[in-house]
Amino acid sequence: MFYVATISILISFILVLVRLFLGPTLYDRVLALNAFGTLAVLMISVVGFLFGRPDFLDIALLYALLNFIGTIAILKFFRYKEIGDKKALSRKKAQ
Amino acid sequence: MSLLIEICSWIFILLGSFLLLTGSLGLMRLPDFWSRLHGASISDTGGVLFLILGMMLHVTTIWVFFKLLAIAIFIFISSPTASHAIANAAFVTLGYKKKKGERK
Repeated sequence: MFYVATISILISFILVLVRLFLGPTLYDRVLALNAFGTLAVLMISVVGFLFGRPDFLDIALLYALLNFIGTIAILKFFRYKEIGDKKALSRKKAQ
Repeated sequence: MSLLIEICSWIFILLGSFLLLTGSLGLMRLPDFWSRLHGASISDTGGVLFLILGMMLHVTTIWVFFKLLAIAIFIFISSPTASHAIANAAFVTLGYKKKKGERK
């Protein structure tokens, strides 16, 4: 039955990738990237169960952490044009 | 008993796959950014919940169960936060444009 889940996740990958290449604004692309990361976490877990090696769940957990940090970092970069704390930025401007 | 667990697992995994496909189709086909956000949230919450519940019925050792639980809890905390951050950034920079014929 994990074959069904794998095939549906693969079709979802294709649909999300179409939105990622087609999206009119930046935020559509960031949204599609976030959905792609969540689908990748599910794909790693399902493939681990499909091949009888549930050790893959460690990699899935790590990927979930990285996905969240990546989304927040991209959004922060496009909002402030810099990834760093605000105090250092204002100090640099004052000098 | 084993047959009951098998049937429950089938139902959960089929429901999760259906929700994933629905959410991704909504993310691709819906006309507006704000409605696409709704489509992405469906597959982020419903699809993940039911697929992980279906996988939890198949575990053999207890550690695998706890790893699945950790993944589910983390995705349930982080995914709505990421959706909120994306919506907030889009609202601050793009703003919301009213369409013709929309009330207020």
